Amino acid sequence: MVEQTIDHRQQTIENTVWEILENVKDPEIPVISVVDMGMITAVQLQTSDFRLRTCSITMTPTFVGCPAIDVIKKNIHEEVMKLGFDEVEVKVDFETKWTSDRMKDSAKMKLEKFGLAPPVMLNDDELTEAQLNNVRCPHCHSTDTTLRSAFGSTLCRAIRFCFSCKQGFEQFKPI
Amino acid sequence: MSNALKDLLFKMADDALIIGHRNSEWTGIGPMLEEDLAFSSMAQDKIGHAQALYKILNEVLGEADADTLAFKREEKQFKCCQLVEQPIGEYDFSIVRQFLFDHAELIRYDMLTQSSFQPLAQLAKKVKGEIKYHVMHADTFVKQLGKGTEESKARMQSSLNYAWHFALGIFEKSEFENELISENIFAGEEELKKRWLEKITPIIEAATLKVPVTDESKIIYGGRKGFHSEYLKPLLDEMCEVVRTDIDAEW
Repeated sequence: MVEQTIDHRQQTIENTVWEILENVKDPEIPVISVVDMGMITAVQLQTSDFRLRTCSITMTPTFVGCPAIDVIKKNIHEEVMKLGFDEVEVKVDFETKWTSDRMKDSAKMKLEKFGLAPPVMLNDDELTEAQLNNVRCPHCHSTDTTLRSAFGSTLCRAIRFCFSCKQGFEQFKPI
Repeated sequence: MSNALKDLLFKMADDALIIGHRNSEWTGIGPMLEEDLAFSSMAQDKIGHAQALYKILNEVLGEADADTLAFKREEKQFKCCQLVEQPIGEYDFSIVRQFLFDHAELIRYDMLTQSSFQPLAQLAKKVKGEIKYHVMHADTFVKQLGKGTEESKARMQSSLNYAWHFALGIFEKSEFENELISENIFAGEEELKKRWLEKITPIIEAATLKVPVTDESKIIYGGRKGFHSEYLKPLLDEMCEVVRTDIDAEW
């Protein structure tokens, strides 16, 4: 019975950690949290004597050379420390590979509203030319668009052009 | 086994760092805005890959930290191939080099997804997806310029001929070749070279260019053993200039 109570408590704290992580945004896309992005791969707690000892959070980067990683790590640390842990550890590893398929549907909708076309699903991991076509313009929603350059203002963005509204726009790259 | 692993990781990381630095030299002077961004983005990717590889050397194999490995080694300690050291030249050379190098790199990472050395296998799966974009970029321009005007075609062929024997130097074998293969860490440079030739030949042909004839005696080896062209030292001097002004400064 006591064990059950502790397990329950542990679960509640873990949920709180996931909730507070919603406050940490990707600095390059300030409308999406690291949870929505699918960057958090594990939350592990150590509690003893009903005290919050350590919280260990594992994240997987969107791009290996993403310059925002250190800022995100710092922000995660600051947010989770607010819950009263003695220690918060943020680990970055590639054990779980980040792909744009990990992004939640709700995140993709937010991206589009933000003016960034969301990535198409890759499923089998093989990027094809076809997947780079048929992308919807976030401004006028036409799919009559073309890839201008696979490289944009940040590592995760490509530049596209919409023939319907004659506007350039950015897309989060499927990866 | 750890020396074999270190040798493999150092050559991959040094290739990525040095070509990353070269790519970054296009920032601000690309022939058009999109290419300026492309080479700058690829530079950022490559330097990120180098950092991740140096991190494995540091955290798993006991070498110094990534910054020390990148900025505080001597020229002869670098294991990059001579192809990546060459100056950016004109745009046709840079795009041809990117084409030759990135195809080899993508296949290398693809092979490494099967590596028995887990940290490298995990990283390889991730990096592969990023390099695919680099390869796609190179293929597009090799085909467009190969089939473009008389001048663009001539320039592409001449750069391809010039870069060819440098590119074959990517596959210079180390003394650890057999060990890497038998330990299932990496299937080896010979296998990589074979797959690379199979992959790039049809693309060069589709670009209506000619695959250069290989003269074994002209292949430029040495980089993997620390012998470099006259271009690496000035590159390192520039890359490390700030660090060297105050070697122990904290950033």
